[in-house]
Amino acid sequence: MSQREPAPEALQPESFTFSEAGAKRAQQIIARYPKGRQQSAVIPLLDLAQRECGGWLPRAAMDHVAELLSMPPIRVYEVGTFYTMFNLKPVGKHLIQVCRTTPCWLRGADELTATCRKKLGIELGETTADGQFTLVEVECLGACVNAPMIQVNDDYYEDLTPELMERLIDDLAAGRDVSIGSQAGRRGSEPEGGPITLQEVPDPPVVKTLDFDKPAEAPAEAAEKA
Amino acid sequence: MLHDRDRIFTNLYGQHDWRLKGALARGVWDRTKDIIHKGRSWIINEVKESNLRGRGGAGFPTGLKWSFMPPDEKRDGRPHYLVVNADESEPGTCKDRDILRYDPHRLIEGCLIAGFAMGANTAYIYVRGEFYNEASHLQIAIDEAYEAGLIGRNACGSGWDFDVYLHRGAGAYICGEETALLESLEGKKGMPRLKPPFPAACGLYGCPTTINNVETIAVTPEIVKRGGAWFASLGRPNNTGTKIFCISGHVNRPCNVEEELGIPMKELIERYAGGVRGGWDNLKAVIPGGSSTPILPKSICDTVLMDFDSLREARSGLGTAGLIVMDKSTDVIEAIARLAHFYKHESCGQCTPCREGTGWMWRVLTRMVRGEAEVEEIDRLLDVANQIEGHTICALGDGAAWPVQGLIRHFRDEIEARILSAGRSKAA
Repeated sequence: MSQREPAPEALQPESFTFSEAGAKRAQQIIARYPKGRQQSAVIPLLDLAQRECGGWLPRAAMDHVAELLSMPPIRVYEVGTFYTMFNLKPVGKHLIQVCRTTPCWLRGADELTATCRKKLGIELGETTADGQFTLVEVECLGACVNAPMIQVNDDYYEDLTPELMERLIDDLAAGRDVSIGSQAGRRGSEPEGGPITLQEVPDPPVVKTLDFDKPAEAPAEAAEKA
Repeated sequence: MLHDRDRIFTNLYGQHDWRLKGALARGVWDRTKDIIHKGRSWIINEVKESNLRGRGGAGFPTGLKWSFMPPDEKRDGRPHYLVVNADESEPGTCKDRDILRYDPHRLIEGCLIAGFAMGANTAYIYVRGEFYNEASHLQIAIDEAYEAGLIGRNACGSGWDFDVYLHRGAGAYICGEETALLESLEGKKGMPRLKPPFPAACGLYGCPTTINNVETIAVTPEIVKRGGAWFASLGRPNNTGTKIFCISGHVNRPCNVEEELGIPMKELIERYAGGVRGGWDNLKAVIPGGSSTPILPKSICDTVLMDFDSLREARSGLGTAGLIVMDKSTDVIEAIARLAHFYKHESCGQCTPCREGTGWMWRVLTRMVRGEAEVEEIDRLLDVANQIEGHTICALGDGAAWPVQGLIRHFRDEIEARILSAGRSKAA
């Protein structure tokens, strides 16, 4: 299990409520679930709260979500501490998450982490003094054919090398626009140099099952039910 | 080699427009209404005939799974749910991501057809939280489909009402386990449920529910449109159809590719991923189907076929079809120690063998990487792995044990040599 502790009292804000836009969004989210099942919205609402709190989840935000969903606060704390995308302590403006799992490790994840530590002058779990960067290692982010890769806030940066990693940090620090996805210019998960399949679009397949008919049973079944 | 015309995911690499207009041009949403008017059992029979096996790892026959949902005459008034598992987190696997970001309409059309076949009026698609941009694509596609009347009230003019909702997770591998996913969707910690009751009887909110992988649902429209027999004609008996393979690690050109099941592993790696770095003879081992499947040494990789039954015979598995390729420079002990760390991190903590065992295995393996262990500990490690396997509520325990068992099965001599040489240098 991952060990996660809340931020010390001194850092916890006294109260939290959603902004007007956030409160409206929260109601839209709650409406996706059946009546009486509003607890289903707890993860999306905690995510929303984390975004409004600058990237971390104070206890007051969990209390607010608990109130909104009529949940005992402890049930919300359980969720907030179980899921690793909820940051229980303040993080920098750019949360650098280096994927450390085997497919990325095979292609140089450790070198990326070393580059970040050296370049930013911080260790894993720390934030730079200017509050710009927090560095952590995470488990598999599911972009293995574009390894090694990192996630910064919501975005993936893939096919990295130490040099590209340094440049990315410089660009983020300077507030320059950066392109997400492959940093080596690959499109999606295609092989370097372009795919050897799917070079042309095949014609849309013909729907065969409907035309030379096997005896269809009860074709009106759907209509009757509706 | 699979012909492009038999490929289902014609926008696998995002070469074309992923939005509704592009999807329509690729044949998505073509005659969906007529398919629905064929009826529930016709759809299920067509899927049964295709012999489609679930693409999420376990390989359970999809048509059979759908037929567990209560038929119309046995409905008791509870709603039925389709839940799509897009919590793709198995190390080595990145196929569902491409479907979500480049072919989301294929998935949504699949939800409607599969949902109708199981009597569900609602689908929830549970996307792992880290896939923020992929989820954004999916949400845009859902909005487009509502706007065009393809889903919602009287979906596609079929008379069937169907809602599709996106639900994002927040970082937990365990939520890829179907009952943990349901717990999470209900707003709780993702801790797996005991089965029975099975979800088809008592799933989401206590209602009949079927959970399917993204790829499974996304291939069903093509199956029912082209015919189960078409899909069954691809691949090998009992291992039919096409599959997205993810080839990562020490290959010259890592990539995803859709191929027939049963393709030889060597051909798959050499044809599509540019071969092993330094040539096939530089291969050390491959994890064939995502991190949970036991590692295979080169001698097996030379001839093994990439399908459920062949890999099972080789005492591994197809899993999610995510190949992690390792060349001779790889420290396999550390490769597996890394996976042990992954399972330690991702254990939900509910069952003692997994909660305690995953950490224990990681600590021992970490010492073994440095050779700081006794040779006798290899058997103790194997014993602990065997005691985790099959003794937990969900398959995460098994998934954590298998990589360690595979390592010891095929690379015991390497662990022993590491321990002995560390001992010698200490003595000197």
